[in-house]
Amino acid sequence: MASSTLISDPVTNIMERARDSSKRRKKKKIQRQSSDGGRDQTTQNSSNNNNQIIPWKSEVQQQVYSSKLLQALRNVRISPGTSPPSVPRRGRAVREAADRVLAVTAKGRTRWSRAILTNKLTLKFMKSKRRQRGTAVTATGNSRLKKPRVSILKLKTKNLPAVQRKTRVLGRLVPGCRKQPLPVVLEEATDYIAALEMQVKAMAALADLLSGGSSSSSGSGTGTGAMILNQLSLRQPPSS
Amino acid sequence: MSTRRSRTRQSTTSRISDDQINDLVSKLQQLLPEIRNRRSDKVSASKVLQETCNYIRSLHREVDDLSERLSELLENTDSTQASIIRSLLSQ
Repeated sequence: MASSTLISDPVTNIMERARDSSKRRKKKKIQRQSSDGGRDQTTQNSSNNNNQIIPWKSEVQQQVYSSKLLQALRNVRISPGTSPPSVPRRGRAVREAADRVLAVTAKGRTRWSRAILTNKLTLKFMKSKRRQRGTAVTATGNSRLKKPRVSILKLKTKNLPAVQRKTRVLGRLVPGCRKQPLPVVLEEATDYIAALEMQVKAMAALADLLSGGSSSSSGSGTGTGAMILNQLSLRQPPSS
Repeated sequence: MSTRRSRTRQSTTSRISDDQINDLVSKLQQLLPEIRNRRSDKVSASKVLQETCNYIRSLHREVDDLSERLSELLENTDSTQASIIRSLLSQ
């Protein structure tokens, strides 16, 4: 129908732009593309929101994430010439790669995923300009979606300082949600929790597979394992 | 005085109502394992937020532990591939 094509077009555009922009300068272009996508989506109806929700619990998403994670982890391993001796540094690198892959799997539709991707690049390239860019990011972020801010003080039942305090804490935990009003933080937290659960499941399955232990659920284990084997056979391993 | 002005401005332009927030809170409540098991309909927003923070922190910790484990396992390329193939053959 016409309405569905209207809805699907900006979605596919965002996806393609996100993929292309991830190859070029990620930072500026992701903001621009997602800002265009954000404006399009807010002008359209809430029926668009249903398309935005990623089913994190589906097996497909987990496989998508697992394959991307494996690719990213291979890059993490290969790039450092001398592997950092300390375990925390390696673990940290793996954690950041996993978060980055999670954000990419989210396709940039949620605030936390965009925040993860932009933060990575901010830290990587421009440490000196970080403050300038940081304020620019928040400025564009606030004006981007044009949602009116409802501060917590104005809500009737949520007037308690305890709720405000906990919202601040929660905003700090979810990436990209500091200084966001309560409903935004709640929405982001909902999606973020589902994504984190999927991340934990995928990483646990991968760790089990690598350690050669018996996989807990044979169904998902064989699915993930077969897919990983495909990945390995397609890529040529570096000569030892 | 300025708060009154901003209040009227926001009440006319704000689209986010209390009901919407309650909806979001209840949706979040469904995701949290602890509150889901207790099956109490009325949980205060503060409690939900607290449980959410705790749950996210525990998930972060799990991811950290898993990534440390993965980093140790991924050290050697050859052994990684061998172990993967071994585990696949054993299934």
